[in-house]
Order: sequence, then structure tokens, then C-alpha cells
Amino acid sequence: MPPQCSPPRGGGSRHGGLATREACGRVTVRPVERPERDLAVQVYLLEVLTGLGVTFRHFFLNLGRHAAKLLGVDGEPGSVTIQYPEDPPALGSRARTRHRILRRPDGAPRCAACLLCETVCPARCIRITAEESPEALIEKRARTFEIDLGLCVFCGYCVEACPVDAIRMDANDLDLPAFDRKDMIWDLRRLMEET
Amino acid sequence: MANITLNGRPIETPDGTLLIDVAKTAGIEIPHYCYHPALGNPGNCRMCLVEVVGFPKLQPACRLKAADGMVVSTESPAVLAAQAGELELHLVNHPLDCPVCDQAGECGLQDYYMEVGRYKSSVSEDKRHFDKRKPVGPHIMLDQERCIACTRCIRFLGQVTKTAELGMFGRGCSERIDLAPGKVLDNPYSGNLADVCPVGALTDRDFRHQVRVWYLDETPSVCPGCSRGCSIDIHSSTKRPWHNEGRRVARLKPRFNPAVNGWWMCDEGRYSYKTLDQDRLGKVLRLKPERAELSWDAAFTELAGRAGELLEDKGASGLVVVASGALSNEDWRAFKKLFVDSWKVVQFVFDPAPEQTGAQDPLLRRKEKVPNLKGGEALGFGTQVKSAPWETLECSIEAGRIWGLYVVDRDLTRVWGAKTAELLSRLDLVVFQGPFKGGTGDLAHYRLPATATAEEEGSFTNFEGRLQGYARALAPVGCALPDWRIFEGLLARHRARRREG
Repeated sequence: MPPQCSPPRGGGSRHGGLATREACGRVTVRPVERPERDLAVQVYLLEVLTGLGVTFRHFFLNLGRHAAKLLGVDGEPGSVTIQYPEDPPALGSRARTRHRILRRPDGAPRCAACLLCETVCPARCIRITAEESPEALIEKRARTFEIDLGLCVFCGYCVEACPVDAIRMDANDLDLPAFDRKDMIWDLRRLMEET
Repeated sequence: MANITLNGRPIETPDGTLLIDVAKTAGIEIPHYCYHPALGNPGNCRMCLVEVVGFPKLQPACRLKAADGMVVSTESPAVLAAQAGELELHLVNHPLDCPVCDQAGECGLQDYYMEVGRYKSSVSEDKRHFDKRKPVGPHIMLDQERCIACTRCIRFLGQVTKTAELGMFGRGCSERIDLAPGKVLDNPYSGNLADVCPVGALTDRDFRHQVRVWYLDETPSVCPGCSRGCSIDIHSSTKRPWHNEGRRVARLKPRFNPAVNGWWMCDEGRYSYKTLDQDRLGKVLRLKPERAELSWDAAFTELAGRAGELLEDKGASGLVVVASGALSNEDWRAFKKLFVDSWKVVQFVFDPAPEQTGAQDPLLRRKEKVPNLKGGEALGFGTQVKSAPWETLECSIEAGRIWGLYVVDRDLTRVWGAKTAELLSRLDLVVFQGPFKGGTGDLAHYRLPATATAEEEGSFTNFEGRLQGYARALAPVGCALPDWRIFEGLLARHRARRREG
């Protein structure tokens, strides 16, 4: 039976086509008809005016709604601009924000370095190295614990996986950008101290 | 032969086979802890209970031998209830510290709990407390709380090594494994205890907290530590380099091979992986007369040219090739083609030097600490071609009868010590080929990086003449090539040079 190189049926033919090409080492070509471009399209002015029309429609609509509210007339609420970052938005109580590492009563991190969060992390943004703990009743602890917030997708799986409730995503901190990728990697000290 | 019925399937089996083995052959795993094919069947864990028609009670499958007409069930409700109950009892005092336990992921308790566990324990009492971290020897850490008292370790030390360092102390609830008075668990096979322990009570100190087992890749291989050639699995961790302190190999485990090593391997072999990533050669270098980094192509051309000139001027009798039984069969073949058939070299040194010999015992370890002397022997090295002794080699260099040395993964400084540099400086051409830096490699004219056993495919012939292949577990370091490819490269260039005149 010869290798099948026809594009797969149904949607997603572009990706399917790529896969087929890789599989067979042969390129399949499918001509696509281009739409006619008449004068109105080529001048473009008509489209600009249509766009401006949308902008002005919303402008006057909102103006009217805010004016109506000032006059005490009930109706649709007008759009509001949040003045971020001076005026941070109120977060829901279940919002997942930046991680923090919790402490034991003696101040040491609760983390037992079991690596479950690192294992479950779909973005692979957690890096832990473990070591023997010098304390009598604790066997294992984290030597290094890093979260690359530049890679994190804020899914919260690490919080779910933690067996000792050492990591939470409730720092309510969204101000994470940095000027360097390296500064996006938070180590254990930063994750424990900055709250 | 006995005809039995196992879970409704008719099975024919030799008389006297244990039911647990019959089931395993038939593809049915009966949960068990204390039973180990090599360590006997005390029947104390009671996990392998099965229902046999005609018996008033459930029977342990590891104690009952198959007899004609037996009707056995391993999955009846009574069996599952009994196993769940046994597991609950095993967990009465087992600390649930799976998150910090190195056994997690390959633990008998975890596996059977997921399979037949009762999930909801009816035990509310506190757990007993013993020593959680007791280093009982250089390689093994004992956690008495995690122990389920299957006594596999005691039986291993009593039957296999016959050293009896561990024993069972106390009675009833205070029963625990401990060191026998005045003993240290330092026998040369102690690492096997981490393998025979079905739970996390005996763990490997070298592996402790290094990497979780679910990150490990397994590659079947052969231990290059001595001429026994134990079958091993290389457990490597390469996807997350920050684990395991950057080492690529996390541990070596014996692979069951009844013809060679059974279930075991020695500690020398087991812990030989640690040096694999230290001081590795990754670049093709010319060190003398002027230092330069070469491509393989340039190195082969240059070296074949230089060696060819010297062979024509001074004759092949002045070139000595120093090799060892660390070469694989493939390497030996290319070695013979290059040095014997093409370069007509007559002097070879390949006998194990003092540093390549060591302890031998009747269990596994062999005196010659190289894996493949037999493979060389099959091609005449040791029979037709005799290995020259080290002393005459030294004299020949001093007398000026030798102009060149080709050293394949041998460290001459460990034989000659401080005078090696002076001896080698008298020679026109010294080539070192091997995986590691230091020693002879730094004193050579050319230094060629070769792969280690874990980084190549090949085969070894052990001292009994048993041929065993091994797979590639890791990528080579830098541009290192297997030894046979270096020999073949030189040979090709040598032949091309001859053709050109």
C-alpha cells in the first residue's frame, strides 16, 4: 500500500498538511483562490471611515450613559477605565496570583522537597534540589527552590499537589514584570519574604 | 506435570512449582512482600493469599506447591478482602512519609495499595516510633519505622553474603530490624539491600534525595567493572539537569540474568557511575608540538600521516600499543584491523595492570577489573599476540628502541608514577585515546576523546565466554567517538595515504 499523502478530511487541513508533509517527505499543494480587490478596497478610505464610525458610536453612547447616570436616570452602565497600576483592581477571593512559600512555626520553609509540584507543573517552571535536613525530626528539605514566573501559567496545580501546604498562590501580587528574564526567577528567600 | 485451574484458565506446570511462580508465568501478579525467588518464602507477609477449592481457608501462594487438579482463584472477593486487610495491617505502623521517601514511585506498599488497598483505614491509634535515619553502613540507610518486617534483608545477608549484619530485634509491636551488635553493614554486596527491600526501609545513601524515581530513564546495559559482566540497568536523569547534582547517571541496578549475575551486583560496580561525568574529554586536541583543537577529519589525516611517516622510517617494531580489556568486541575488531593487519604493530600491552586487578570472590566479583579480555582473546590477543610486560616496556623506552606509544584508555602514570613524563618525552609520537582527562592524556602529543560504555552500543564477552550486548544510555560528551570509530577513521586515512603513495 503506498503512503497516503492526500490532505486529511475535515477541518485543520493546514496542520494536517504539515504533518503529512513530515510523514511522507513530499509536499502537497492546494491552490487557494484570492478574493477580488476592487477600487473601494484598494483606496482603503471607506474602511477607515467605517472604523472611525465605530469609535464615535461608542464614544457618544458612553457619554450619554455617564450623563444619564449623573442625572439620576437608570439604564445601561457606561464603560469604566481602571487606572492601573495606581488604582489596582479588586481581586476575587479565589484569584490565583503570585506564589508564596509558607513557613513553619520556627521560620523554616514548610517545603519538604518532595518535588510533587515540580512534577505536576505543566509549564516546567519549578526547579527544586533537595538535601538532607540537619534537624532530627525532618528528613528532607529544599536546598534550592526556584519558580520562573516568566514561564508560569498560573494554573495552581502546584498548590493542589503540595502534601504539606507549603505553597500557595495567594500573595495577591500581580506586579511581577522585571527588566531581565533572570529577575523573573524567584528563589526560596524571595518567595518566603516578599508578601 | 500438574494440571491446575488458575482463575478459570487451565494451566500445565511442573510438579512442585510454587503457586506464586505459576501465576507469574501465566502473567498474573500475586501481591507479595516476603517472597523473593532468590531468598525463599517464609510466608510471613500474608499478602499472597489465594483461594484453593477444597481448602477450608485461604492459602499463601508462596508456600503452596501446585498439585494436579488444584482449582485456584487469585481474584475472588475473599482473596481481595484478605489482601486489603493484610495491607491495612502492614500500614498500621507505616509512616505515610511518601513525599520524602526515596522509594516512592517504586514502593510495594504504594503499588499494592493502589491495586487492592482499602483506602479507608479503621486504625486510629498512634504509630510506633523508632529510628528514622540510621546509617547502618557506608551505602545503606535504615528507616525502622517504614519496615514491614518481611525479613528479605536478613535472608539476603544470611543466605547470599553470609555475613548476617542485620537481625530482627524485639517482639510484637516493638519488633524491628537493626544491626547485629558490633557489626557494620559494609560487605561488598550491601547495595543489593536497597533493591530487595520492598518498601523504603533500606534505601541507598548515595541515591538519597538526589532525584525522584519517576524522572529516571532505564537502559539495559552491562557493568564494565570486572570480567563478570553483570547485567545492569542504567538509571539516568538527563531531562532535568539540576537534579542529581548534575550527574547524568543516578544509579545502577542489577538486571535479572540467571546465567550471569542472578538478581545481584557488587557495590564496586554499583557505585562506579559517580566518576562518569568528572574530567571528561570532549575535544580532539593536539597538545604537542603546538596546542591546537582539531576536527576529527583533520586529526585522522594528521595522525595517520605522522604515524605513517614514522612507520616507514623507523619500522613498526618501535611502536607499542597499550590497550586494555575495557574495549568492546567491536573495538577489539577495529583495533586488530588497524594495528595488527594494517600497521603491523608487534608489541602490545593489554594485561591488566596492578590498578586493574582487585578483589575476587565466589559470588560475583572477578579479579580482572576490565570487562572484555575474553573478547580480545577471541581475536588472538593473549593467545597469538602476547602482552608485553610493563618492565620491558620501560627498559625499551629508556634504551631508545621505541619511538611511539598508542595508549587506549590506560593511565601510564599509575604504573610508572612521576617518571612517566620523562619517559614519554623521549618518544616521537604519543597518542592517548580515552574518555577521561588527566594522567597520560596530558602528556600525549594527540589526545582523542572516546565514549564511555554508557555512551555507546556494543558487546562484551565475559570471563565465561558469554556474549552480552549493551545499549546506549547517554549522548557522548562533546565530540567523543566510540573507540572503534576512531580506529576505523585512522585506518581509512592510512589506506588513503598509501593509495596516494
